[in-house]
Amino acid sequence: MTHKIDDFVMEKAMGEPIENDRIIICRDVHKWYGNFHALRGITMDVKRGEVIVIFGPSGSGKSTFIRTLNRLEEHQRGQIIIDGIELTHDVRNIERVRMETGMVFQSFNLFPHLTVIQNITLAPIWVRKWNKKKAEEIAIQLLERVGIPEQANKFPGQLSGGQQQRVAIARALAMQPKIMLFDEPTSALDPEMIKEVLDVMVELARSGMTMVVITHEMGFAKAVAHRMFFFDEGVIVEGGTPDDIFKAPKEDRTKLFLSQILTH
Amino acid sequence: MAQELAVRPQILPPPTERYTLLGWAQKNLFSTWYNTLLTLFILVLCYAVLVPAFTWATDTARWEVIQVNLRLLMVGLYPKEQVWRAWLCLHLLAAIVGFSWAIWVQRRRWLGLALLLAPLPIAILPPTSVFARLNLLGLDVFALVGFGAGHLGGVSLRRAAVWSWVLFFPLVIVIIRGFTLGTGWMPLVPTTQWGGLLLTFLLTVVGILFSFPLGVLLALGRRSQLPAMRLVCIGYIETVRGVPLVTILFMASVMLPLFLPAGTRPDLVLRAMVGITLFSAAYLAENVRGGLQAIPRGQYEAAYALGLSGFQAMILIILPQALRTVIPVLVGLFISLFKDTSLVTIVGLLELLGIARSVLAQPQFVGYQREVFIFISLIYWAFSYFMSYLSQRLEVSLGVGQR
Repeated sequence: MTHKIDDFVMEKAMGEPIENDRIIICRDVHKWYGNFHALRGITMDVKRGEVIVIFGPSGSGKSTFIRTLNRLEEHQRGQIIIDGIELTHDVRNIERVRMETGMVFQSFNLFPHLTVIQNITLAPIWVRKWNKKKAEEIAIQLLERVGIPEQANKFPGQLSGGQQQRVAIARALAMQPKIMLFDEPTSALDPEMIKEVLDVMVELARSGMTMVVITHEMGFAKAVAHRMFFFDEGVIVEGGTPDDIFKAPKEDRTKLFLSQILTH
Repeated sequence: MAQELAVRPQILPPPTERYTLLGWAQKNLFSTWYNTLLTLFILVLCYAVLVPAFTWATDTARWEVIQVNLRLLMVGLYPKEQVWRAWLCLHLLAAIVGFSWAIWVQRRRWLGLALLLAPLPIAILPPTSVFARLNLLGLDVFALVGFGAGHLGGVSLRRAAVWSWVLFFPLVIVIIRGFTLGTGWMPLVPTTQWGGLLLTFLLTVVGILFSFPLGVLLALGRRSQLPAMRLVCIGYIETVRGVPLVTILFMASVMLPLFLPAGTRPDLVLRAMVGITLFSAAYLAENVRGGLQAIPRGQYEAAYALGLSGFQAMILIILPQALRTVIPVLVGLFISLFKDTSLVTIVGLLELLGIARSVLAQPQFVGYQREVFIFISLIYWAFSYFMSYLSQRLEVSLGVGQR
């Protein structure tokens, strides 16, 4: 039944006359790991300022998909266009796309040998070629935005998980990206720290940032997502507004999965 | 009840354990009957070994062999009137050590004081020449000057301290080798006249300085995406690791000239340096590779996701972490490199061990093996331990295993 969804998205995409309005365009994206077919034709468009939530069981390809958007994984068939730049083997394109997209990982991946402020200013200084002073000013502003300016000179290992993830968000934002990708940003956190990270993400979503978020925090999805996509076995099973998905899921697999994560 | 629950638990200091000397001895040395037995056994053993050793060292041993040949052991055949250049290097070293001490170590006053006092007893010993005495005192003066400079500047001079170390070693080579022809103030001293501890040091320093970057490059090459590059690096590493150092030294001194155009004969010391460098680079590469493998994939991904190029990610993110984790192993490698320099005796160079053996070959010093070998063993030990201590300090200050 999956082609139905693809058609739905395609129709929506085709209906849009201005190409520029869509910041992410994915057409029939396929990815194999050896013989394993991880992504089986993902078609999805994201408009500027849109917040997309992707959910689904582990191994469904959602993480692989989000990582193809900044070429941490290479897609083998189909087309991905980010802000008008097509992702191909051309290294310059890949570098440009990576400058436009920030990514936040499940396991934070802060650089443990650098202080918080060095973590944040590293890429602006070396990639955007800003001077150190400008980079640090912006880093301090971002740390204030995520609520931990007092931690600037500590090392990541001295922070709690929630604080580390907020630094990771600040680090991604320091490059002034047009798109933010979140790969299960709260899954590795202790329960009492999830909220502080989600608060930052909600604020970011409301500020108009384009976001693609893999998460099972359904409260977050209800609050700020414009559209949600349910992934399973490498395809988009179902997509729609949070209202559509929560109140009237069409597919049995979606219903089953939602019942499993929402019953507790 | 609610009132009771509201009481917050008190914050107490940790329990202190205070021992008297006897209490400590009882707990650690005589806690059980077999522990007691072991303690007594070791005491007897210590007595049996140390007392004769001490008697020999103070009574029987004829240390004049060291005294007479001290200059040979230290600098080999280096011209007597140029020995001040070796001292100059030592003074520079003392100043830099003092400088770095003020910046990095700070605490550990007793150890600093002990290091500072170390040259004094040697200066007081009767056989020391006036020239050497002045120089030994000079060491302390330079160390104190360096310390003072570092103390005044504080942490802000960190970069200067690193640079002083980086520049120190090339400078030493220049000073020892000399650069003015004929009878200038620093005439060239041919490497054939380098020897003793001086040569051992130079071989070690050059070996470390050049094998380090080469080893890192080989490690990166071995993990390269390019099959040709990978193959060359694996081939090199595995070939060198499969051959003893002695063989490489022979090859460097005997075979290398065969491959070079006729007429060019790089000197023996240079060939030995090349051999040692090539040999230890292969081992270093394997250790660095271990460090690289310990870096999680997420670090690469985070770096790439931020837009860093592969080269930037390697230099800024991966290598600093990888090298930090392998510091203990690398220092171990450098210590064995230091000791392995003794193998260059085989190709006819007179480094510390070589010169010791040629001292013993003189007819008037036959039968002095013990004194001479114990003396050079102590020298090897002192410097190996010094390197080991430095690496521990480095680990602590870089926070290995903590961050």
